[in-house]
Amino acid sequence: MTDQTRLRRFHSACWDEQLLTDMSVDGERGILVPTPEREIMDAFHSLDGLVPASVARDRPPNLPELAQPQVVRHFSRLSQMTMGGDVQSDIGQGTCTTKYNPKVNERLAGLPQMTEMHPLQPVETAQGILEILHRARGFMMEIAGMDEVSFQPGHGGQAVMAAAAMVKAYHEARGEAHQRDQVITTIHSHPCNPSGPAAVGYEVITLWPDDRGYPDLAALEAVVSDRTAAIFITNPEDVGLYNPQIDQIVDIVHGAGGLCYTDQANLNGVIGRARAGDAGFDMCHFNLHKTFATPHGSHGPGCAALCVSDYLARYLPLPIVTFDGHSYGLDFDRPDSIGRVKDFVGNAMVVLRAYAWVMNLGAEGLKQVADTTVLNNNYLAELLLGIPGVEYSYGTDDRRRLDQIRFTLEKITRDTGITAADLSTRITDFGLQKFWLSHHPVTVPEPCTPEPTETNSLQELEEWAAAMRQMVEEAYETPDVIRTAPHNGVTTRLDRSYLERPELTYVTWRQWKHATEKAASVS
Amino acid sequence: MTPVVGLIVNPIAGMGGRVGLKGSDGDALRCAVELGAKPEAPDRARRLVSAMLPNANRIRFLTCGASMGADAFDCRRGDVSIIVDCPASDTSRVDTMRAASVMAGHGVDLLLFVGGDGTARDVCEAVGDSVTTLGVPAGVKMHSAVFATTPQAAAELAGRFLGGWAPRTREGEVMDIDEDDYRAGRLSARLFGYLRVPSDERFVQGAKACSSVAEAVAAADIAEATVEHMEPGVAYILGPGTTTRAIAERLGVAKTLIGVDVVKDGKLLAQDVGEEELVDLASEIPARIVVAVVGGQGYLFGRGNQQMSPRVIGLVGRDRILVVATEAKIAALRGRPLLVDTGDEKTDAMLSGYLKVNTGRGRSTPYRVEA
Amino acid sequence: MSEVVYPYIPNSAPETRAAMLNAIGVRGVDDLFKDIPDRLLLKRPLKLPAPLLCECDLERHVRGILARNVSCDDRLSFLGAGSYQHYVPAVVDSMIARGEFLTAYDGNAYSDGGRLQATFEYQSLLCDLLNMDVTGFPSACSLHATNTALRIASRVTGRHEVLVPATMNPRRAQHLHAYRRAEEVATFTSVDADSETGLMDMEDLRRKLTPEVAGVLVENPTYLGVIESQVREIGEAAHAMGALLIACVNPMSLGVLASPGDYGADIACGDAQPLGVHMNYGGGALGFVAIRAEYVMEFPNLMVNIAPTLDGEGFGFDFFALPERLTYIARENAKEYTGTMACLWAIAAAVYLSLMGPQGMRDIGETIIRKSHYAKSLLADTPGLGLPLAAPHFNEFVVNFDGTGRTVAEVNASLLEKGIYGGADLSADFPGLGQSALYCVSEVHSADDLRLLANALRDVTR
Repeated sequence: MTDQTRLRRFHSACWDEQLLTDMSVDGERGILVPTPEREIMDAFHSLDGLVPASVARDRPPNLPELAQPQVVRHFSRLSQMTMGGDVQSDIGQGTCTTKYNPKVNERLAGLPQMTEMHPLQPVETAQGILEILHRARGFMMEIAGMDEVSFQPGHGGQAVMAAAAMVKAYHEARGEAHQRDQVITTIHSHPCNPSGPAAVGYEVITLWPDDRGYPDLAALEAVVSDRTAAIFITNPEDVGLYNPQIDQIVDIVHGAGGLCYTDQANLNGVIGRARAGDAGFDMCHFNLHKTFATPHGSHGPGCAALCVSDYLARYLPLPIVTFDGHSYGLDFDRPDSIGRVKDFVGNAMVVLRAYAWVMNLGAEGLKQVADTTVLNNNYLAELLLGIPGVEYSYGTDDRRRLDQIRFTLEKITRDTGITAADLSTRITDFGLQKFWLSHHPVTVPEPCTPEPTETNSLQELEEWAAAMRQMVEEAYETPDVIRTAPHNGVTTRLDRSYLERPELTYVTWRQWKHATEKAASVS
Repeated sequence: MTPVVGLIVNPIAGMGGRVGLKGSDGDALRCAVELGAKPEAPDRARRLVSAMLPNANRIRFLTCGASMGADAFDCRRGDVSIIVDCPASDTSRVDTMRAASVMAGHGVDLLLFVGGDGTARDVCEAVGDSVTTLGVPAGVKMHSAVFATTPQAAAELAGRFLGGWAPRTREGEVMDIDEDDYRAGRLSARLFGYLRVPSDERFVQGAKACSSVAEAVAAADIAEATVEHMEPGVAYILGPGTTTRAIAERLGVAKTLIGVDVVKDGKLLAQDVGEEELVDLASEIPARIVVAVVGGQGYLFGRGNQQMSPRVIGLVGRDRILVVATEAKIAALRGRPLLVDTGDEKTDAMLSGYLKVNTGRGRSTPYRVEA
Repeated sequence: MSEVVYPYIPNSAPETRAAMLNAIGVRGVDDLFKDIPDRLLLKRPLKLPAPLLCECDLERHVRGILARNVSCDDRLSFLGAGSYQHYVPAVVDSMIARGEFLTAYDGNAYSDGGRLQATFEYQSLLCDLLNMDVTGFPSACSLHATNTALRIASRVTGRHEVLVPATMNPRRAQHLHAYRRAEEVATFTSVDADSETGLMDMEDLRRKLTPEVAGVLVENPTYLGVIESQVREIGEAAHAMGALLIACVNPMSLGVLASPGDYGADIACGDAQPLGVHMNYGGGALGFVAIRAEYVMEFPNLMVNIAPTLDGEGFGFDFFALPERLTYIARENAKEYTGTMACLWAIAAAVYLSLMGPQGMRDIGETIIRKSHYAKSLLADTPGLGLPLAAPHFNEFVVNFDGTGRTVAEVNASLLEKGIYGGADLSADFPGLGQSALYCVSEVHSADDLRLLANALRDVTR
């Protein structure tokens, strides 16, 4: 470790970019559309009778008009004002597992044999993608210790919701759905763990952690009953601890007749080391856009692989990809299926990338992924704990955190008034993405949850810690530089009055212009 | 527009603490001075002002004379006006209240006060929630959720609030302990009222870790859930607190802020009742207790709801106690258990263990209760 | 320790590892996992195929598998039914391939102002196109968007029944079935279609519109391609009963068809995939829900909002407005649920609409109409083929094969031999239509292509 780690004299591109609507010039075209051939124009020149008058447009849609170079420059400038994982180490985005997305996978996903595939093509013409889906299914089953997989959910929340619907179907088949109306979760599980079951009608009971940071077994026992339909629990949880009693939790819930689901969004540190199925879980999901290195895409599309044990396979969303020894197919004949959570078979182009990633690394490579992730997280922790005021959440004992470790900066805030949120903004001045605090409600005061992955180098870890160290010094000595941050960002501090006054929420330029014009006319 | 900040210092706050007394009103003050107690508030006030001074050229201060405010300022700097005189000798709560009223009358954007629960109580009595206030701790008893953690934190929060960066406010509970009782060995805290404080919770002790808007939504959700399940012919004893008040609002019933009210069949049955009335009630008709988590310490019974005595609790029974709290309030407990101190060991033991806390419609948490 | 050094795993070099372990004070990486109980550890390597460590081997392997796909680039496809083949401008692909957009996620106004502005512009462009007030991040797909829309209607009105067209996308019912939260939508009642025109049967609608109904869903165009010309009337009937009008539309049609906001829709929904997103075997889905401003608190997804800077010099963007609605804040009390959706596609759609502008959207709408009517006219001349549903259509239309004595499956199998993907088979979901298929014609089809289709159909139905 070096104390001389250089911090960047970073400044974001700051294009002060107009809104598209303000760049509009009447009559400009960005692209031309093919005119039908003459025989078609001759036959159907007039649209009378082809478009009913009652729903014909009376005026053109109010879209901006731009020429092509201006569109390219506009969006290129916007992309420059975006701190993607391709341009910085992205250690800050805890719980998102933002890792390097291999470019070869982008090349493969850009092939017409992927992009130009229609989901309803005859299966014999889609054997390639079906094979990819089927093989990837096999990978997920092995990694999870489960028996069947659906790639239909587009994100973790969808997988959880689908699983909750499956839990309901399972108990209905046993005539117990009416009685089993409760789902248990924990406060450190991802917010989708309670919201998915709630969306299908369950009452949610939330367990809070004891002072070691795990859900209290005694509390679980106090609420488990013949009303328990299932438990939905993230493990390792968002503070970085693996719950060593996880199989006991499973036993308790199974003992009461409930099912057990684990949210494996935080798989990166345990892939190949510990499997959901081996801990006794009936179902789990993986986020392909997290552990499996598919790009986050500025917030999607992603994919969640929903993995289940054989006795639950019948309830999975349809269709399921099948293989009969000769060819691949899609099975729609699934009378017990919960239906669909998304159209068609899922985000196949995401599964394709995940497939390639696993094929490249293999079993040994995946072990290196987990090992290096945990090594990187602990190394960073070592550096961060050396900064006065930075402490682990939940304790000063000798437990090892795995991945996406939650720290508390409470002492710094007590001493200086500077908060974790302040530091999360200030760190962007060093060319590093803001760091994640915590989901709501905030249980650890002044939380800081970075998540290095296996794709971060030693230098990147040290750079991140050096930025933290610098900021903590600033907090004690020159706090104003933090209070007035960011200084090197895309824009200066926003007026966040809309958080308290909902009427100031504008989500389109039409609303914005209406409001600003109104304000201008009044003053 | 230059923001206007009022500052009131209670110079005798905190005098009792260092010398082992609890609180410093009346006779206790004389006792404390004899024991060599030194005033804490002036120093806290100076630290507050000095932490705010970098922004001083953009703030107009209104304060009181001498030890009630002006002494904290280096009067050559900043825009400071003394608008309330300070009595030559012993200050009292009347002075605090008068100062607060005057400043509220001047329309201050923020009223800062340096003192303890007693000071908070006085400010509250004078201005209620008509002006945004914030306390700087300088006393032993800081049970009210209206104090910043330190003078520094107060300055920080004041700066953000005035700069428009922490625009939200919320109601903070003002607790008060009966001083005579306390010194006689009996702890009887009560909810006195509410002050409006800036809602940037990281700085304010005993506060909830969630936005005020989301908190109001969560409380309304609990109210909805509770009312949905109310049974006809059953009396619901509503303890003090903002969450139980939300329940009353949902029923369209006025709730006494800090007292215990009873509703039945959607209507107010009894208001601001004492223990005896509750015993009579619970003996005659089926009753449930709806209790909220009040104050910064996480007490379920024994702080501000002593009307719900061991006898009442015994008549209602553990299974018919509904605990209501938003998740943010649970988070503010930081893993500490909920506490009960009914005055009767058997009752405390009966309440200990896991109680179901209702956190909204179709949501609950089993939470540990300890005596 | 492994001998392989992995290009994607920088600290897999042995010297680096050793130094890091030393700094942490453990002997080996296994020590870091000591708090996982031994009984929960997997004691063997994962059973996975041998790795393809070299990129060129990997690419060859995957290309080899994908080569067994025969895409719509290599065949003449007339498939639609929820995923559409349109021309994607090169600029669109180029912009969303930019590394920053591709690999960003959750940064804030100061670090990710660019992607937030791009997403805000998508929201704005979509609302301009739909003439609606508010939209946000995408939904998973059209099915999800419609379901969200119906649940919003239920929450807004406090009612639990919705009316849906009998001809609606049959997969919607499978999606609606997956959600069963009783206090929102509980009953879906089907409203008949006129068998001649394919339009909604207004009498049946009025019969079924009761004060229990939260909303009336119309698809415009319908799943079967018909332009629902009665939308204004349907909306008025719904509103008179205190119900909402939910219009599920194809944005590609909005250069020629009126916007849902123009005809009184309270909620517009659908899939914006046609706007510059490749089909991707169904992964190219870009669901959207757009609503009246007064319902904003019911909207479940994140939204990008614009706000002025404190110094008054400019503006920036945030995406956490009105947080009480969201899963992230309210957990199980959220409006439905949300998560990582399809924002890269949203940026693609923003780029697409920027290039197309109002004139481009009009041109493409007109081209699609002309070409599909031309196709229809050619098929009308083919013996044995029927063209039920007389009302004007957009993009898709129903072709009936009862007169040929062949099933759609047989016809499509024969077409496949000729290198053509015939229209989606409707016979299972719409038995009332007999052996019918849904043919989709867009701007990508040339006049030659359409004549080829007509000839092929003539051949295979002889």
